[in-house]
Amino acid sequence: MNWESWQAFWAMGGYGLYVWGAFGMTLLCIVGEVWLLRRHRLQTWQRLKRMKAWDPQ
Amino acid sequence: MNLYHYASPSTFYPLAGKLVPWFVALALILTTAGLYISFFVAPTDFQQGEGYRIIFIHVPAAWMSMFIYIIMAFWSAIGLAWNTRLSFLMARALAPTGAMFTFVALWTGAFWGKPMWGAWWVWDARLTSELILLFLYVGVMALQAAIDDPRRADRAGALLNLVGVINVPIIYFSVKWWNTLHQGSSVSLTRAPSMAHIMLWGMLIMALAAWMYAIAVALVRARSLILERERQTEWVRALLEEKP
Amino acid sequence: MLKFLFTVIRRDVLLAARRRGDWLTAQFFFVMVVSMFPLGIGPEPSMLRIIGPGVVWVAALLASLLSLGRLFADDYRDGTLEQMLLSPYPNTLLALGKAIAHWIINGIPLLVIAPVLGIQFNLPAEALWILVLSLAIGTPILSLLGSIGAALTLGLRGGGVLVTLLILPLYVPALIFGAGAVEGVLSGTGSEAQLSLLGAFLIMSLLLAPWVSAMALKVSVE
Repeated sequence: MNWESWQAFWAMGGYGLYVWGAFGMTLLCIVGEVWLLRRHRLQTWQRLKRMKAWDPQ
Repeated sequence: MNLYHYASPSTFYPLAGKLVPWFVALALILTTAGLYISFFVAPTDFQQGEGYRIIFIHVPAAWMSMFIYIIMAFWSAIGLAWNTRLSFLMARALAPTGAMFTFVALWTGAFWGKPMWGAWWVWDARLTSELILLFLYVGVMALQAAIDDPRRADRAGALLNLVGVINVPIIYFSVKWWNTLHQGSSVSLTRAPSMAHIMLWGMLIMALAAWMYAIAVALVRARSLILERERQTEWVRALLEEKP
Repeated sequence: MLKFLFTVIRRDVLLAARRRGDWLTAQFFFVMVVSMFPLGIGPEPSMLRIIGPGVVWVAALLASLLSLGRLFADDYRDGTLEQMLLSPYPNTLLALGKAIAHWIINGIPLLVIAPVLGIQFNLPAEALWILVLSLAIGTPILSLLGSIGAALTLGLRGGGVLVTLLILPLYVPALIFGAGAVEGVLSGTGSEAQLSLLGAFLIMSLLLAPWVSAMALKVSVE
């Protein structure tokens, strides 16, 4: 283990802003992509269902 | 097992659906392991303190951004050669994820560079090439978005992708040349501190995690694309019927 | 076959000659963009000398890209392109001819204007010469790579901006070696390496670009 305390962990030896800024943005991007993906899939599904409902076939 | 069996969207769709959870699981496990190593096993760097830990996402993201672009080109080539719809869809499914990794590589590169070398952006050869790679990704996506006809969009994007992939080594070479001439100094974000083995392992595991994630996301995206494209077929209509 | 090539080139050059306006616009654009930089940065001669090669080269890129939108568009609109693609002559020759015509119409004038602009940036005589030489090798590359972009974006709404987005990253090596050659002269380190590399890039473009453009034309027209 490298850290004596949680505070030391968050502080990252003074580099906290940078380390968490980097990891944070990465997390944001991944969460963002997954969210967008789910939304896209849901929208596609709903749109196709609607199109099928209107289809005279 | 006959792989060609899965070249058809109707057979690939359920297969992809079954595979996704496995890749998600792998991604989660590897990410946990990787992050554990990044923060709790890898020692503090002598020169760079704790700040260097950013390499555990920066380097894997950069690797993935390039790797995905090449895989995209592979599928583009297959699509153009054999005219297989699914190949084009795979390439399209990979693009946004590749662009995302490129952006992450650039952002984390900046956040690593600022405390280490005092500037948010340095025109380092690798970072500059990464920036151009982002432009290449955006170009393919913009082109495909601008074309209404899906078939033309697939093929045009694939062609552009291939042109890009051939150019990437040339671009990298020219940027490297440009960089050494203009800077001469040893500012290199990728000249990692003398790498302890554990650091390399950390990066490799994170890279593997990123790969599993990319596959999972690409499969999901491909499934959505398939539904969209194949919406007139029997099997999609049946699928829409049975699920609420 | 060569006759076909010359016919394609001659046709495009003649058409451009009749519509001098378009062509002149691109050249004025070149001049104006270059002039913007001292206005934006300051007129100090030693600094202008440093940024000069890069600025002229980037402006040449942009001026080239500006005129690429029309490379195939007019022929596409009136159906000529489709006819040319259906002809027994290889499409690669068509693409090559178009690129050469583009260079004659848009590239060569840049070569004439560039030294004048170079003087505005306080470049010495040998640098001016290398500037023209680098552009002489570089502008055909721009026309060749640009034809790929023009073929891919045929008939699309995005138009000129989209071509720029697609092709600029591919131009980077030409820009680096081209401007770098002039900088090499200014710094005394010589320009042979850059010019050779630029030449190699030209040969590569000459061999590959028409073929890719032809494929892109087929994709866009079908």
